[in-house]
Amino acid sequence: MTWKSKDLLTLEELSAAEITHILDTASSFKEVSTRSVKKVPALRGRTVVLFFHEPSTRTRISFELAAKRLSADILNVQTASSSLVKGETLIDTLKTLESMTIDALVVRHKSSGVPQMLANITKATVINAGDGSHEHPTQGLLDLLTIREHKGKIEGLTVTIVGDITHSRVARSDIRALNKLGAKVRVCAPPTLIPMGIEKMGVEVFHDLDKALSGTDVVYVLRLQLERQKNNLFPTIREYSMMYGVNNERLKRAKKDAIVMHPGPMNRGVEISSGVADGPASVIDEQVTNGVAVRMAVLYLLQGESNEKPS
Amino acid sequence: MKTILIQGGHVVDPANQIDGEADVFIKDGKIEKVGKNLKVKADQTINAKGKIVTPGLVDIHVHFREPGFEYKETIATGSHSAVAGGVTSVACMPNTNPPIDDQAIVHFIKSKAEKEGYCHVFPIGCISKRREGQEMAELGELKKAGAVALSDDGAPIMNAELMRRVMEYAKMLDLTVIDHCEDSHLSNEGVMHEGEASTSLGLRGIPAASETVMVARNILLAEMTGAKFHAAHVSTAGSVELIRQAKKKGINVTAETCPHYWTLSDKSIKNYNANFKMNPPLRGEEDVAAIRKGIKEGVIDCICTDHAPHASTEKQCEFDQAAFGIVGLETMFPLTYSHLVEPGVITLSRAVEMLTTSAAKIIGIPKGTLSEGADADVSIFDIKTEKEVVAKSFKSKGKNTPFNGWKLKGWAVTTIVSGEVKYNAE
Repeated sequence: MTWKSKDLLTLEELSAAEITHILDTASSFKEVSTRSVKKVPALRGRTVVLFFHEPSTRTRISFELAAKRLSADILNVQTASSSLVKGETLIDTLKTLESMTIDALVVRHKSSGVPQMLANITKATVINAGDGSHEHPTQGLLDLLTIREHKGKIEGLTVTIVGDITHSRVARSDIRALNKLGAKVRVCAPPTLIPMGIEKMGVEVFHDLDKALSGTDVVYVLRLQLERQKNNLFPTIREYSMMYGVNNERLKRAKKDAIVMHPGPMNRGVEISSGVADGPASVIDEQVTNGVAVRMAVLYLLQGESNEKPS
Repeated sequence: MKTILIQGGHVVDPANQIDGEADVFIKDGKIEKVGKNLKVKADQTINAKGKIVTPGLVDIHVHFREPGFEYKETIATGSHSAVAGGVTSVACMPNTNPPIDDQAIVHFIKSKAEKEGYCHVFPIGCISKRREGQEMAELGELKKAGAVALSDDGAPIMNAELMRRVMEYAKMLDLTVIDHCEDSHLSNEGVMHEGEASTSLGLRGIPAASETVMVARNILLAEMTGAKFHAAHVSTAGSVELIRQAKKKGINVTAETCPHYWTLSDKSIKNYNANFKMNPPLRGEEDVAAIRKGIKEGVIDCICTDHAPHASTEKQCEFDQAAFGIVGLETMFPLTYSHLVEPGVITLSRAVEMLTTSAAKIIGIPKGTLSEGADADVSIFDIKTEKEVVAKSFKSKGKNTPFNGWKLKGWAVTTIVSGEVKYNAE
């Protein structure tokens, strides 16, 4: 399969075949990280800029490792504040970087749509590493890879996403990709954390966790931003935890072989109990491992395919 | 003294029930006569055959940014943009810096407009001091200085008690209270209409209710006080319904809407293009349908632009950081003609009425007619030639329009203000 797009901005724009191709490529890259010399020359001589405008540790490190294992040169550009506060527009910052000839830009920004905006004006490859509440495509891909490894397929599975759907870019990427590959998606949260019109994205909405978990193959627990309580989106962390916290007792309603996932970082004892997070159903650590492989695959497909294949 | 004869055009002057071929004779800056085949000698004759001749359009909702934000627009560039759209009278909103909460600013705007303006500029005074929504501004002094209406536009009056007192006081002064109806708690820093589209784009939503609840509150206060309440830039189905009922009950309420609310919906927002960001936001398709119905049934009284120019850097940035608002003066008539008149929502005569005499009546200015003795504000439009909207050639400093590239009919050809030709299309 030849890769058409210059960028990876959303999973909405990918076909099922393209998603599967990325997952297959990621599977073959996984082995690289198990070697004693964890490096292939696929991106040798390429410059990858990690352009992070929002605090992030795991995603940035994962991308950095992925690029390094492909032998790319890495540049970290991080700002905490918005471009306007900084006094320079985002577009000017991008032009500055582009003038130094970069090949790929991995963008994390708190405003939805920033990767799209930058991709429209740069020749470099743009990879969305999470934009506002919009999408987090590589998270969606690593989630799919993890599910596929455990279930052997995506089609026909029931996946229940529990938590703050309104503010979750992970949920949007997962919902889109899972739908494309034929899974049934449920979301579960109080109505205050379910965005208007989400049914149109192809999900079934639940407010009762026990019903939502019933017969599900995958339980996907989202991180609860604790400060949302101040905006009256739920009364107390305690009540949220009582009603929507996933623990071993409630997990019994899912299928016997159900797996539990979380994008991290976890609030143990809030949205997920330690018993579940560390229990036999948890595949949370594997998600992190697969993150590196998926990001290697994405960088490789968008940037390195003209170089030599991994050997 | 100078005379102009506009010959052979199709004159649409709803105030005088004229809708047919006629000549317009202008003398000394006033309308001297309107009639068929006028046998008069004029210093200048304009052939308007095949064109539409209307009273100069009246836009009661523009932002000319001066004083304070001259990098966005000035009274000179804003009024140039107005005449390029066939608009000869505008009422400018007081969200300047300093805001128009003081008679000195009213005088400043009037004198600037007199010296540099292309059209008539009527300042709207603030409701509250410093536009802060806390204390009543000197409404009597503002009126004496020449403010034609009251508004804190851009900012809602969240304090219902203040709104009640302002309505009582404004009634005494016979000034219309124009409110930007928005419950800011409900809009909650949203950046687009809340619905399926905002969910898909991951952008913070502004629910329709944030507008509708304030329209409801203001209608109740208008009923209680008897004041004239005008709902600015109505965008929701709920607002239209409430205004319809209020009018039936005889409450003193009027309403305006803008071309983008009947041509675009939240689904039009593509690629996070901030030229589609304004407040109130582009609403859902059911709202767009209700706005069109409200226009058709006369619930909406007038059409305005909410002309809101911004610098390019304020729009070419993160969508949620971008400024709210779009320019509109140069596309108002083409969007009205091509998207309301041509599809048969309203007649040309009703469209012109909404754009002239209806609008003028709301703020009580003697504009929008071709009556004998009226100021000779006349616009000529070409409703046959389809042309593309070219944002970069706007006379406004602001190029922030969502309509760039749209093919429309109804372009201004010639605009006459007080008997002087202020605009001629190239």
